Parts: sequence; C-alpha cells; structure tokens
Amino acid sequence: MKGNVIKYQQDNIDTDVIIPGPYLKIHDYNELAKHAMEGLDKDFHSKVKEGDFIVSGRNFGCGSSREHAPIALAYSGIKAVLALSFARIFYRNAVDGAFLLPIEIDENTYNNISEKDFLELDINKNEIKNLTKNQTYKMKPFSELIGKIIAAGGLFNYKP
Amino acid sequence: MNITEKILARASGKTNLSPDDVVFVNVDKVMIHDVSGPGVIAVFEKLKKKGMKIEKLWDSSKVWVAEDHFVPSADKVSAQNIVLLSDFTKQFGISKHFKYGMGQYGICHTLSHEEAMVLPGEVYVGGDSHTNTTGALGAFAAGLGHTDVAYVLLNGKIWFKVPETLYFKLNGKLPNHVMAKDFILKIIGDIGTDGAAYKTMQFGGEGISEMSIEERLTLTNMTTEAGAKSGIIEPDKKTRDYLTVRGASKYDEVHGDSNAHYEKIYEYEASELEPIVAKPFSPENIAVARDLSTTTLDKAYIGSCTGAKYEDLQAVARILKGRKVKIRTEVLPAAMSIFRKAMDEGLVKIFMDAGAVVGPPTCGACCGAHMGVLAKDEVCISTTNRNFPGRMGHVESKTYLASPLVAAASAVTGKITDPRDLK
Repeated sequence: MKGNVIKYQQDNIDTDVIIPGPYLKIHDYNELAKHAMEGLDKDFHSKVKEGDFIVSGRNFGCGSSREHAPIALAYSGIKAVLALSFARIFYRNAVDGAFLLPIEIDENTYNNISEKDFLELDINKNEIKNLTKNQTYKMKPFSELIGKIIAAGGLFNYKP
Repeated sequence: MNITEKILARASGKTNLSPDDVVFVNVDKVMIHDVSGPGVIAVFEKLKKKGMKIEKLWDSSKVWVAEDHFVPSADKVSAQNIVLLSDFTKQFGISKHFKYGMGQYGICHTLSHEEAMVLPGEVYVGGDSHTNTTGALGAFAAGLGHTDVAYVLLNGKIWFKVPETLYFKLNGKLPNHVMAKDFILKIIGDIGTDGAAYKTMQFGGEGISEMSIEERLTLTNMTTEAGAKSGIIEPDKKTRDYLTVRGASKYDEVHGDSNAHYEKIYEYEASELEPIVAKPFSPENIAVARDLSTTTLDKAYIGSCTGAKYEDLQAVARILKGRKVKIRTEVLPAAMSIFRKAMDEGLVKIFMDAGAVVGPPTCGACCGAHMGVLAKDEVCISTTNRNFPGRMGHVESKTYLASPLVAAASAVTGKITDPRDLK
C-alpha cells in the first residue's frame, strides 16, 4: 500500500470537523466524501488523491460515534490514518466497517513524516517506509482480534 | 472484579475477566436513532448487495428507536430518513419506536432513563457516542458505529476489550451553586479529552450517594468527552426508586467486589468545587466561571441529553423566576415527558415570562444541524456537551459549556455569570 501524506500537525481532530453535523442526514457515501474535513481544511476535497494517507497527532476521531467520519475519508480516497492515538469509536468503525486502516505511530515517526511524503505501508511487517526520505519506521502492531478482522475484510466477514 | 468487569463476564459467560481481555458479549438492549438508523439500513443494503439474506433481527423486542437529531424534520432529506426509519421498524417488528408528534418522544439518551429502557446489570449499546449516559443506572453502556450496531442487530453480540477503570470519588455533598456538570467539566479539565480513552469512568463516594439520578446521568453522559468507553455508577436505593416509579422492578443488579481493581482512584472534595465553564474549542479547556465574567454572549442554550433533564430545567427556573433574559435564550426539554412536567409544574411559564423561547425536544442545535444554529462570530453559553469548532453552527462561532445554573445566570446578564453573583 503506497500513498502520499496529508499531514495535520495537531491533536484531537474531532468528528465534527471530519464531517460536520449538518451532513449526518446523508447516507450516500460519495456525497459524504465531498464534505470530508470541511470543518478544518476547506481544500481537502480538492487536494486528496486515491491512496493518500492522513498523518495526525493524539486522539484522532474523537467526539461522536458517526461512522460518516471514516466513510467520508475512505470515499475521498484515504486508505489509512497514521496517528499517535485514536478515539475508540472511530478506531472500531474504521476496522469493523473495513473503511481504512487506523495505524498507531510513535512521536519520532510522527515528527519525521512531512506533508506530501510518499510512504509504503506493510502491515504484515508492521513497517512504514518513507520513500521520499529513505527512512523506515515501525508501526504499533494490531491486537490479535483487530488483525484478524482486518485480514477478514471487516467484522461481517470475520468468523469468531 | 469491579462492576464493569462483572457485567462483561456475565454477558460473555466467563467466570473471570481482566482489563485487556477481548470478549464477545451478549447484548441486552440496542438503540438506534434517526442518524444511526439510516446508517444501519445503509449497512444492511450493502450486505444484501453482497448476497446476504436479512429477513429478521436477532431479537426485535430488545431494540428501540428514537427520533431526535433531525426532528422536527429539518429538510426533505431528514424527512425522508424518518420515513426510512419507520419502514424499518415496521419491517422488522420493532414496537418501541418513540415517534415525534405521537406522545412520548425525545433525545435517545433521555428516553433510555425516562422510559427505563435500560436496567442495572445489562449490556446496552447504541448508535450514538453518548450512549454512556445510561451507565448511571448501573449498566454497561457504550456507543458504537453503524457497522457494529448492524452486527448486534443480526447477531445479538459484539466484541469489547475489557476496559481499565478509573474511579472518581466525590467526598462530601455538592454545594447548592455547584452541579454535576461543574464536577464533570472539572474532571475533563484535569484528565483531558483522551484522559479516559478506552477506559471506564466509575463514580462513587458520599457525594455520588447524595446525588440524584438525573445529576448522576450528567456525569456519565460526559465521560464520552474524556474519551471513555463507558461511565458507570453502582446501583443503590435511589436507582431502584427511580426505576420503580417508571415501572421497572425486575432486574439483576451487579456490584463490584470489595477488593475490586481500579487503575487509578481520583478524589475530589465537593466543598472545593465551584461553577466551571469549558471555553472554546474543547471540553477540556476549562476555567472558573467567575474568571470569565467579562465575556459577552449572544445566546444561551438550555437543551440536550446533558442539560435539559427535569432537574436541569428546575435549576434554570430557580434563576429565571421573576427575571428577564438579556440575550436570545432557548429552552428545549430533552423529552416530552419532561416538557409536560415542566408545563404542569409552572416552569414553562417562568421561562416564557423571562422572555425565553421554549421548543420541542431535539438534538438540533447541540450538533449544529438545525433549530437555532450559531452565526459567524456568535458566542453561546450552552448546557450541552461539546464545543468543537463548528459544533453548534458556523465554524467561527464559539460555545462555552456550562451548568444549567451558570447558563441561566448568564442569560440574565448577557455575560458569563456565576449564579452566586446574580443580583
């Protein structure tokens, strides 16, 4: 999995900015994508490309339980969010709905990755390669169950 | 084991559980509303396209439905969502659907306790992050997204990682000018918006025993704002009395062992607490209300699952009685049963005499969707739970979170006001 980085160097990016409240009535996934990150970055929709990664700080996706948040990002083309930590409902929505990969990184990795860097993710090796800077970082491995749900392609495909 | 570990152990058929164990638990109750319901329906449609046959739910009698976020219908799309939701409940034989305009309806979390939809010892999940609220009745209550709720509706179970528990002990009784809202804002200010991430926040001690059920519900409601998986309070006589009045007497209470494990215990002295306000743009950004007395406001909002229960309205009425509001003020009781009681007890007259608007239950303005959103640069004091950028309207509007007492006192002066300083 390879893609370019869109970096938000801040903590606590909440679901109200990822997809603002007025759009919660919408359940057309492609329509939701047009409003992704609207509360924080008006240019997101025009700059995001298929396969991109978001890199951000602590507690990404905090706030409401709206599955619209990972949906809006995924249907914008985002394949993974790399963050110092995730809010719990965003994390399980991303995994159980198989929308995108929530990947936990450490401070050092977070500081080394810059906007527009080209990364390659290998979740089997728990490795992130920064092809722009020729660096390699470790990601925090998924827990056993999360790894199995991701491998199955979402909770509905997972057999306990 | 503590109460949360015991409930999850019972629901997963285990004799013992520890934090970090991952288990599939049997669910007792599920809630969907007019946002998560259509979201779940979209998941069902996706599954059907992949060839799955969905003819019935695991147990329709354990499912209940609220209409709250976009009622009264904000526009054609939200009106259509209500039709979609009604078709869904009809198709799957869900009888507990609280419909706008047909007797009791209101904000889902308020209905969960007003209607005793959730009982002590149960595992309750809902398609909304503030599902934590109902943990105040001694249940394990946690919010989930659409895919997870859809999974529960079909399978009756869901996975949880057993959380660590943070225990918040309140010594002494809260003074009259301090409400549970001040206490939970203080806690969030202390531990931060991810201070309880993935954990349970349990409340106990003399101050909690003394506290009414409705005030306890304010505490568990805002555990979500500290990132918690759930909030919980052990059931006691007050819990039982509260439920008896609402027709529920058969349930299986769970209590923690005396040697239960808590990751950390925090102690607070009730007498040292004072009115607190969370400044824009985060619930952790707290200040003492008195320190913000020069902050001018455009609007006061009394509403939501957090701050429009009956006792919240009583607190507002205490302040507004015989006074006039100086800024736009809206009072939206959180459920029709509360609205009715406020009318019968003369509270609605007090609000209207003061010049406030009294409106129907809805999440509308709390989540910035409709029914009184904020314009650019407008400043609001609100009894709600979040103040992220754009939460209550324009992304450059500002919301200060406060107790019903502080919000009402501020409505009278037009500035952030500690109720003790009101002339």
